[in-house]
Amino acid sequence: MRNFVDEVAATPGGEHVLSCIQCGTCTGSCPVADSMEYPPRKIIAMVRAGMRDEVLSSNSMWFCLSCYLCTVRCPRGVKPTELAHALESLAVRQGYRVSGTVTPALYHSFVNSIKRNGRVHEFGMMVRFYLSVIPYLISRPLSTIKMLPVGWSLWRHRRLPLMPHKVKEKGKLPEILQKFSEIRGSC
Amino acid sequence: MKDYAFYPGCSAESTGRGYGLSVQAVAGSLEIQLIELEDWNCCGSTPYGSLNELEAMVVAARNLALAEKTGLDLVTPCSSCYVTLKKANLHLQDHPRLMAMVNEALAVAGLEYHGKVSVRHIVEVLTDDITPGLITEKIKRRLEGLKVAPYYGCQLVRPQYGFDDAELPGSLDSLIECLGAEAVPYPVKARCCGGSLILSEEDLALGLINKLLKSAADNGAHCLATPCPLCQTNLDAYQGKVNSKFKTGYNLPVFFITQLIGLALGLDDKSLGLDTNIVSPRDVLTQLAGVKSGT
Repeated sequence: MRNFVDEVAATPGGEHVLSCIQCGTCTGSCPVADSMEYPPRKIIAMVRAGMRDEVLSSNSMWFCLSCYLCTVRCPRGVKPTELAHALESLAVRQGYRVSGTVTPALYHSFVNSIKRNGRVHEFGMMVRFYLSVIPYLISRPLSTIKMLPVGWSLWRHRRLPLMPHKVKEKGKLPEILQKFSEIRGSC
Repeated sequence: MKDYAFYPGCSAESTGRGYGLSVQAVAGSLEIQLIELEDWNCCGSTPYGSLNELEAMVVAARNLALAEKTGLDLVTPCSSCYVTLKKANLHLQDHPRLMAMVNEALAVAGLEYHGKVSVRHIVEVLTDDITPGLITEKIKRRLEGLKVAPYYGCQLVRPQYGFDDAELPGSLDSLIECLGAEAVPYPVKARCCGGSLILSEEDLALGLINKLLKSAADNGAHCLATPCPLCQTNLDAYQGKVNSKFKTGYNLPVFFITQLIGLALGLDDKSLGLDTNIVSPRDVLTQLAGVKSGT
């Protein structure tokens, strides 16, 4: 298998990982660094130290809100937001299991909704997400019950249609994506 | 009448319904025509790029190819669609080999993209093309006395695509002021609301939303105005939850910026989708009506 840091640098979003000077501006700017297993500066150091398993099985990048504050402040143009997305993609592709966050399940429900309808059907996406994390919901019953009034009030204000709006022939997206994966496979 | 290709984004049909309605209503009054892209698909947003960064480019590129056929600028009201489409556009323009692969895949649907589309946000169009000065000329009732916290959210101005400052932007302030309302100082105007993590990391997101609402209240705002559908949903639909979690008593309506512009243009509540707002804007509207009739 290829050296981890080279692999990250070859993934769209990870190109600038070697430019980091470890100043910590990213971690200082991140609104959710406290919740991450390893904050952004540290994750970058770990990528460069070749710590593949520790990085790709951590929950850090899944906490990224994509607010891009680190990206605009980074003095070296590392683009840590894009790097987080690249690490997420690598973790998924290499089959790493992540504990301590259900965000991967949310993202899978979101992408599956696009594949099913061509567009995201928010109600369907939410239902499928919650069904995919039932043990998590059972572990925090009070919070789970308290979610219902939000959904109810969105529905009552006509903001959560129960039926999806489908794109004609799903915009041929399945065929386009199938073709793209064939092209990638042959590269 | 100026024409634009229009990309509403998935939320305009559901959680951001008030946005979808008010954008079109306001466009009509400002003599711009937003021509919806036929059969557009989801841009992919953050989740697609997080799970499969290359496939996400293809999903976004289908929309860019559809837009290119119209020969018009592509305008979206959604900040997340804006970043996603803009990012894919720049990446494809910079990577001809990937562009060729994407085009080979798009050819299955008879589509092709040459990298010619300009992706723009509705706030950029209102600020730079229509201009606040022209909006002021068209308003029928000035929103005198209304104090508004201008909440940009993060993805409208970041990563930096140039039409406004990445941390202390001013475009939304000028749109609010041109209606006769007051944009209050709002230091957290471009901080994050938690985005889609409201579903998977609710406690974390509620903490961020609390900070945004607190700053608006501390600065004397009667309401907030935002150009982002996800920000609006988080601040509006979850305001009750913030109140119960943090023992606060916020009652701050959260308008889409186009709803506020529509009110100043004299458009009716229904066409602006004001009945879809969860924190009721009724008190604010009554206050405005009072100012208008001089009571």
